[in-house]
Order: sequence, then C-alpha cells, then structure tokens
Amino acid sequence: MSTEQQTDTPMVEVRNVHKRFGDLEVLKGIDLTVDRGKIISIIGPSGSGKSTLLRSVNHLEVIDEGAILLDGVQVNRPDMKGLAFERHINHIRQNMGMVFQHFNLFPHLSTIDNVTLAPRKLKGMDKKTARELGMQQLERVGLAEKADVFPNWLSGGQKQRVAIARALAMKPKVMLFDEATSALDPELVEEVNRVMRSLAEEHMTMLIVTHEMSFARDVSDWALFMDGGVVVEESTPDKLFTNPEQERTRNFLHKHLGNNH
Amino acid sequence: MDVDLMVEVTPLLIRAAWVTIDISSRAIFFGFFVACGLVFLQTFRFAPIRWFARGYISVIRGTPYFVQLLLVFYGGPSIGLRLDPITCGVFVGAFNIGAYMSEAIRGSIESVDSGQSEAARSLGFGKVQTMVSIVLPQAASLMIRSVGVLAIVLVKNSSLVSIISVVELTYQAQRLIGSTYKPLEIFTLSALMYIVIIYAVMGIIELAYRRAIRYTTQ
Repeated sequence: MSTEQQTDTPMVEVRNVHKRFGDLEVLKGIDLTVDRGKIISIIGPSGSGKSTLLRSVNHLEVIDEGAILLDGVQVNRPDMKGLAFERHINHIRQNMGMVFQHFNLFPHLSTIDNVTLAPRKLKGMDKKTARELGMQQLERVGLAEKADVFPNWLSGGQKQRVAIARALAMKPKVMLFDEATSALDPELVEEVNRVMRSLAEEHMTMLIVTHEMSFARDVSDWALFMDGGVVVEESTPDKLFTNPEQERTRNFLHKHLGNNH
Repeated sequence: MDVDLMVEVTPLLIRAAWVTIDISSRAIFFGFFVACGLVFLQTFRFAPIRWFARGYISVIRGTPYFVQLLLVFYGGPSIGLRLDPITCGVFVGAFNIGAYMSEAIRGSIESVDSGQSEAARSLGFGKVQTMVSIVLPQAASLMIRSVGVLAIVLVKNSSLVSIISVVELTYQAQRLIGSTYKPLEIFTLSALMYIVIIYAVMGIIELAYRRAIRYTTQ
C-alpha cells in the first residue's frame, strides 16, 4: 500500500480478495491500492497468484470473496446477475486496458483495425475519426507505418506494442500488464519496455505483473512481492529490490537475479 | 464404346446433373442453418435442450442416409409428413448434413484460442459481440475445409435420392440404360459429370479457404 497520503479516490482498490480454483486457494486475502498516476509492480514466482490477481481486477477471473474497485466503482458485484452484470462489467472494462503475455491480437484484422475495432463498435466512433485516433496510438508506440499489415507479419515486440496501442485507444483509466514481455525474445523486450516507460512519463496509472526486475525497479512507485497467494512484502522498489525484509523475498530475488546475471 | 450414343444422351444427363446440383446446393444451404441451430441449442444452460441437440446429432450420425431418406419419404405420410420427392431430397439432405456440419462448426469455434475472447472481453466487448466480431471470423477459416468435405459427401449421397424417383443424374442414367442397354457408356458419362461437379465444389472450397486465411499469407 502506498505510503503517500491519499488525496482522492484510489484508481484501483483490492480489498481482502480470495480466489479458489477448486480446492486450491490461489489468492488468500489480498489488499492493494493503486493511486492515480502511480505505477505498481507485482513480482513473484510462477504460481504465486500474481497473474490471477491482475486478471481478477478486470474480472477475467471471478473472485470468491472480497471487493475490487475501479475509481470508486465496485467491479465485482455478487448482487448483480445476467444481463445487468454483463452491461456493468463491459462498461467497467472499457476503462481498463489489459495487455497479455501472448499479445492476443486479432489475427484476422489489420493492425489499425485491431486498434480501432473497440472505439468503433463500443463507442460508436465513425471510421475516419477512429482511424485518426488509431494512427495516433500507433504513432505513440512507433508503429504507424505498420497500420495496414496483419499481425502475423509483425515481430513479437511489434505485436505487443500494437496490443498496447489497442488498449490505449479506449483511453483507459488504468493499464494492466500481465507479463507483457515474458513471451518475447530478449532483444525485443526493450522496445516494449520503452513504450511502457513513455506511458509512465505521461502519468498513466499502471499495474504491472513482471519478471523484469530492473524494469520494475526503474519505473515503479511501489512494488509487491507475492508468493503462495499472499503479499509477502511491499515497499518502495529501491527497498524491495536492494534490502528486502523477508527471507522469502530475498531468496526469490537472489535466485532470479542470480539466473539473470 | 458407342460414342454416338454418348454424344446423344449427354444433353439429357446434363439436365439431370442440374437437378443434382440444385438438390445438393439447397440441402447445403438449409443444412447450414440447421447446423447453426444445433450449435446454438448446445449452448443452452437448460440441459434437456442440449440433450435434444446431442440426441438428434447422434441419431443422424448413427443411421445411414439411405435409411433416413426412405423413412421420411415412405414413413412420413403416416404421420402427416407428405413431401414431393425433390423436397424430400432437400429436406433429408439438409437435416443430415446439418448434424455433421454442426459438429464441424462447434469444433472450429472451440479451437479459436481462448485468449482471443479474453482480449475482446477485456476491451469491453459483450459475449455476443465477441462471438460475432472476433471468434466467428476466425472459426470460419477453420471450418471451411471440413464443411467442404461434408458438402462433397452430400453431392455423392444425392445419387441415393434416385430411389425416391427424383430425376437426378443417377436416376436419369438408370433410365437411359433401361432403354439403351449401354451401362458402360452411360455410367461412365454420369461418373464424369459427378467428377466435374465435385471438383468444382472443391475449387470453390479452396478459393474460399484461401480468401479466409489471407491474413496469414499476405
């Protein structure tokens, strides 16, 4: 949780969230607050629950207990059913951009159509305005010249940048990154990190699940270490990465940094 | 071989081949809607509706097309279902291919990567919009070839409607043999015509497939 005094509603609030897959409890009471314009990184070993937590924030995973709020509005609504909830969650999701490990670009649509599909279909934007907006977003990630090619003709790094542009085109309040660089060849990681850094400079609120320790340390305002479905430790990134208090955090960092250097 | 006879009967066989094409294409067209209906019924939460669709598919797949045709044509009138031969051919063809096609469609929808739906949902698309804009266009390219194979089987099976006296290619051939006693010539001609029809269908399928996957072969 941020140590700074909060002056307004947090952008994302996670309160005592529990999630089970059958008998396995993967989130065991998580609390997390992301303030406006802040960047929070979540690190941890595979199976620690970090991706599940991120996916729970926009309801791709349905939580069993607790509450998640986006800009003061509750995302999970156990009291709502059927179509009413469908409408509610679709509206909420339009305000959250999600970037996936495997990009999940729509292969049957050109790059520009990937970016403009949601604004056109969901916000009723006309084709010309949508294209202008789409081109702006593609320029933002440095791929305007690839507007009319299909995703299969892009490198992994380019795909991920298009996926970021696609999410940005909906003008989200928060961006969620689920191991956005994990599926990339090492030489392609930096181009995606560069785009994420530029978003950080624009004060985009971001929640990042990552294995890129040095990146997390550079861009984040706050960092969490998760293991076994709980937040083991959280602090400023400098402290978490250089002087963690918990043994488990130290072990993880030692192992991870040891493997990378 | 009696070449003169072959030249002479060709126009008659071509006319009958059009009946084959007509019955088959109408059966494929209506069969597609039967298939979509069956896929839709299988998405219901209410189990008996799903069971009905599954049961229907099992019965169709578990019985010969020939028997289905005889059952509807000769058995139908006992329960008030009186169909003229051509309508019966189209009707049975559509309900037969529909069952197989529904499996092909369902399979191709299921084989679209779940990440595609997740990405669409994460942008705020509803379930129906996700299906229409994202999943179905991708499933289409996957289903074209398997649906195409079914269409070819249906064209071949259409020769069976000769048993209920539809004057299609096979029936006409038999009729001509009855009057000329030249089975080799006439069956050779009709076989050639089936080849032309079936290769035309294969060509259309291939074109449709290439068009559908052009995003991977730019």
